[in-house]
Amino acid sequence: MIKTWLKSREILLTGIMLLLLAAIALRFPAFVAPDNLANVFNDTSILIILALGQMIVIVTRCIDLSMAANLALTGMAIAMLSQAMPGIPVPLLIVLALLVGAALGSINGLLVWKAHIPPIVVTLGTLTIYRGIIFIISSGEWINAHEMTDAFKAFPRIEILGQPMLSWIAVAVIAAFVVLVSRTSIGRAFFAVGGNPHAAIYTGIDVGYTRFVAFTIAGALSGLAGYLWVARYAVAYVDIAGGFELDVVAACVIGGISIAGGIGSVGGAVLGALFIGIIKNALPVVDISPFWQLAISGTAIILAVAFNARSERSKGRVILKKADGAA
Amino acid sequence: MNPNMRHVPDTLGTPWGKRVKSWEMLLLLVGLAIFAINSFASPYFLNAWNLSDATFNFTEKAMIAFAMAMLIIAGEIDLSVAAIIALASTLMGYAASFGFGASELVVIGLLVGLACGAFNGVLVTVFNLPSIVVTIGTMSLFRGLSYIILGDGAYTKYPAEFSFFGQGYVWWVFSFELALFAIMALIFGVILHRTNFGRAVYAIGNNPVAALFSGIRVARVKFILFLLTGLTSGIAAVCLTSRLGSTRPSIAFGWELEIVTMVVLGGVNILGGSGSITGVVLAAFIMGLVTFGFGLLNVPGIVMSIFIGLLLIGVIGIPRVFAPKSRKVE
Repeated sequence: MIKTWLKSREILLTGIMLLLLAAIALRFPAFVAPDNLANVFNDTSILIILALGQMIVIVTRCIDLSMAANLALTGMAIAMLSQAMPGIPVPLLIVLALLVGAALGSINGLLVWKAHIPPIVVTLGTLTIYRGIIFIISSGEWINAHEMTDAFKAFPRIEILGQPMLSWIAVAVIAAFVVLVSRTSIGRAFFAVGGNPHAAIYTGIDVGYTRFVAFTIAGALSGLAGYLWVARYAVAYVDIAGGFELDVVAACVIGGISIAGGIGSVGGAVLGALFIGIIKNALPVVDISPFWQLAISGTAIILAVAFNARSERSKGRVILKKADGAA
Repeated sequence: MNPNMRHVPDTLGTPWGKRVKSWEMLLLLVGLAIFAINSFASPYFLNAWNLSDATFNFTEKAMIAFAMAMLIIAGEIDLSVAAIIALASTLMGYAASFGFGASELVVIGLLVGLACGAFNGVLVTVFNLPSIVVTIGTMSLFRGLSYIILGDGAYTKYPAEFSFFGQGYVWWVFSFELALFAIMALIFGVILHRTNFGRAVYAIGNNPVAALFSGIRVARVKFILFLLTGLTSGIAAVCLTSRLGSTRPSIAFGWELEIVTMVVLGGVNILGGSGSITGVVLAAFIMGLVTFGFGLLNVPGIVMSIFIGLLLIGVIGIPRVFAPKSRKVE
């Protein structure tokens, strides 16, 4: 029993995070106060939402490097729309953000599905294209706080049961993903496609279509995150969330999602994102220069990959070695 | 070994008809078309000095692209190259602040590149980790170290002789960088297309297990490729630092994606196993010409990146869409 518990990544990652929190708490007890932890969660919400989208894409043996560019483009489009037509209610804007993001994500999906282009190439391409489009639609201008309506900016901060809306949206997305992954056939298909694409075909799963759905969902979440980002930081310009796509991949890798596909969990993605979130928020508290953050998350990624690889060693290799020894 | 095996040629002679339809020919035509369009679009384009300036747009990236091409052909990838530039440049700047001379700085830059490449290589070959994630990690790590050392500061004091590598000319309009680019293209072309090592690279990319069983030391070849990629990043760091005359931690930010784009545009299969240095050279020129031509027409850099992105997806996607059916999932 204890052995299987120790083998569970989620438990292990939780343990590491608790140790990390305990170490910080020794000197800065205020950091682990419930209020502050809630703030850390709120601050990490956008990363959690994106990491969940990236998770299902990676599970199907793909990768989406265009998520941050999609976020920025959708965020800009929604901000401009709200600026031009201040009367549009925020819930409608969120629906539009989901749709715009899904459309951008489905372009990735279509290129992977119908044009058979490797996902890394597709999303490298769309990453630069989406960033370029932001420049074209905004002519390189910024949209600043005073140009946004109050309702637009206030939405992520609306408090329900003492917690801001942003946190609740993250909770809702997590809940939706738990259902998607464990209670729907498409959720199972993601894992089947990533685990063994050939076997998936023989069980009647359309591999390309499944990947298309994964990209579209990841896109929709990027769009949602786009609105949330722009509203939260009250600014939209070409380079918002620049380089954030790698944070998202890092969160997934730390959360034990195998880049080779087929392995991953909602809990892992959430914990991976929280791990990065805790480090990001703890550094200034423990008085380490924020310039250390990049190197620390880099080290965390490398350690996480090394650890993942140990637990995922393919069994096929062992057979080959035996055959080699016998010959 | 069966002596009859000896005389089987390892490649069939390429007939001219096939050569005309090759990827390199397509790139050459695209390149010439862009050249022609640019010549008509701007009166300033056809000028030896302007064209010479244009080469600075791609020479540093292309140097890394040669090594990256071999790495991708062997089925691996290195996304940390731009971060290696940042770290090498930072440590060169650090050394320069202690009064080191130009030649020592070059040695430091190259050694840092080699060390970073070795680090990637050990993680991938000794610990058997997937290179795409490893190098995403080391990308954060190397640039992170650069940020730790520099913070929001910058190194701007480099010895005067150091400026030769990025700003010097060897003959008339031919810059040192362009000459180095040409020499490296030649060296990498010979290594990849004319040596056993090069054949091993293709073999590994096509089937690493079969390559291992046919006596190729897969791990060692891959390790050397990571070393080469690190070394070329070090060389690019020397040129770039010398050209800019300053170092910030954000130096060469996003280059890894441009370099991969250059390699893939050059006809290297992102899944490994095929590609040529000629293709990469042509792709480098195309990207340089596009950037320069658009620049002359006052098109902002970011709009050019749309064009590069479309080019990337277009050149890979169009042949695949029109390819015959019955395609396997990778």
